[in-house]
Order: sequence, then structure tokens, then C-alpha cells
Amino acid sequence: MAKLTIADLKKIKDKQKATFTLREGGYKAKVTVHMGTCGIAAGAREIMTTLMDIISESEEKVVIATTSGCAGLCAREPMATVEVMGSAPVKYGDLTPDKMKDIYKEHVQEGNPVEKYAIVIGNESTY
Amino acid sequence: MIDLSLHILDIAENSVTAGANLIKITIIKDSLSNVLSIEINDNGRGMSRELLENAKDPFYTTRLTRKVGLGLPLLSQAAEEAQGVFDIKSGPEGTCVFVSFQLDHIDRKPLGDMAATISILIASNPGASFLYTHKINENIYTLDTEEIKSELEEIPINTPDVIIAIKNDINDWLNIND
Repeated sequence: MAKLTIADLKKIKDKQKATFTLREGGYKAKVTVHMGTCGIAAGAREIMTTLMDIISESEEKVVIATTSGCAGLCAREPMATVEVMGSAPVKYGDLTPDKMKDIYKEHVQEGNPVEKYAIVIGNESTY
Repeated sequence: MIDLSLHILDIAENSVTAGANLIKITIIKDSLSNVLSIEINDNGRGMSRELLENAKDPFYTTRLTRKVGLGLPLLSQAAEEAQGVFDIKSGPEGTCVFVSFQLDHIDRKPLGDMAATISILIASNPGASFLYTHKINENIYTLDTEEIKSELEEIPINTPDVIIAIKNDINDWLNIND
């Protein structure tokens, strides 16, 4: 490691400890970015980077960002599935970083699926 | 794929799909011998002999064998285009993908954003261990998620602040050395 020292990690650890107990109740939402060969070639990494940046800037860190493989709809990549606890998962396609920001704000934070970007709304789960 | 870091992300995602929990990514850039090489070594379940023999054939690997898909043929092609070598070994103890390129070849793809690739791999696979080694001539960078995890104790490695710190660390080193 270059500059990432034990002291840096300790600082993060202490900061996180303070909020950790608050988060143990579980996560509010899970966003899965489809990261198969087709997704990566279409720009899925940029979508994931955007998502991780939004989550780290957000005050309420109760959203998990993860990846999965190809969902079989390669022509609609980059794709992401948003699962807000207690409601049906929504698959979004043809994503751009800006669309991802809209989806995060409207669906993940406010709970309203963004229909204009959605491909499927239903009980299909990604795992 | 626009750059090599996207290929690395793709191949390492294959490793995770194959059940690997230890993935070693090694990049060596050597100006003297004019070679850029990348190795991705995992302890996943490996491929069958038949799958391995056909791994470079994009027409063999259709939906039936989507574990490999188009990723390996694309990487193999990228190597061929830049006077490089592509090699894959696989057995029950894991898979090793090696690829090299003529460093100054006009058709060699750029390496791309390794900090994004490594940080995304760690963030989306917190249960797996990653050992990332990047050698640029005489300078070496290593990132071992096991070291970071033991330092963090109960704080998960995919905590956003940790991921950002990892990403910045890689970028800082690359900015100075590459």
C-alpha cells in the first residue's frame, strides 16, 4: 500500500464504530449493478462508480451496492436492479451516470420507482 | 472493452462466479523489455478440460457455458492485436489467466482505471480476498485485503469510506509512478 496506513484505517474504524450500531438493524435498499462481460463493455463500471460515490456522500449509509452477472438482456446494458426492502425489485436498463443519480434519489431514497427507465417491475430477484 | 482494466474486472468477476475466495491480480510494466503483463490467479473450482480447450473460441461458449462467455476470447484478441501472449491454466485448485502485450505497440489498449476496477471488486465481493500487485519498472505497489480486514476488525471492508480510501490509495500511487 502506498499511503494507506494503519493510522488511516484506524481513523475510519473509529468514525464507523460511532455509527455502526445504528446500521445493525439492516439495510434499507440493495442496488445490484449487472457486471457481466456485456455490462462491463457497455459501461457498467461507471454506473457502479457513480453509485458508490453517491452512497459515500450520502449521510444515511443504509444502502448496499453490489454486482451480479449477465441478466440475459445484453442489449439493454448497463442494467441495475433496485430492491427497496418491502417492495418489488425493479430492473433498470440503458443506464447512464445521470439516470443512476435520478434513480437513487427518486427510488432508493424516496421509494418511488422511476418508470421511464424501468424494464421490469416484479418479483424477480437477482440472487 | 475500451481498456485493460475492464478486462481485468470481467475476468476477476468470472473468478468470483467460479467460487474463488482468493484472487491475485498482478500487473507488471517493464519498459526495458517492452512488455506489459497481467495475471489473474484464483482458487475457484476451475474449468473442465473441454471448456478450457474451447475457452478462446467465442462460438463455442454460448449460453450453455456462460460462466466464461465472451470475456476470454476478447482478452485473447486484445493480446494478439498487440504482439502479446495469452495463456490460461485451470485445474481443480483454480484458474490462472496470463496475458502480455508489447508495451509500445500502437494497438495495445491502455491499462485504464485500475483504482475503479479494484475498488469495485472489493466493494461487491467483501467475502473474498484480493491481493493486488502492480509493478512499474522498479517500483512495486501491493494491496492485500486480508491486512486491511484485520486492521478494520468488525467494520466491513465494503464500508463506503474504506472503499474510497482504497481507491484513493491506488490512484495516489499510480499518479506518482505511472
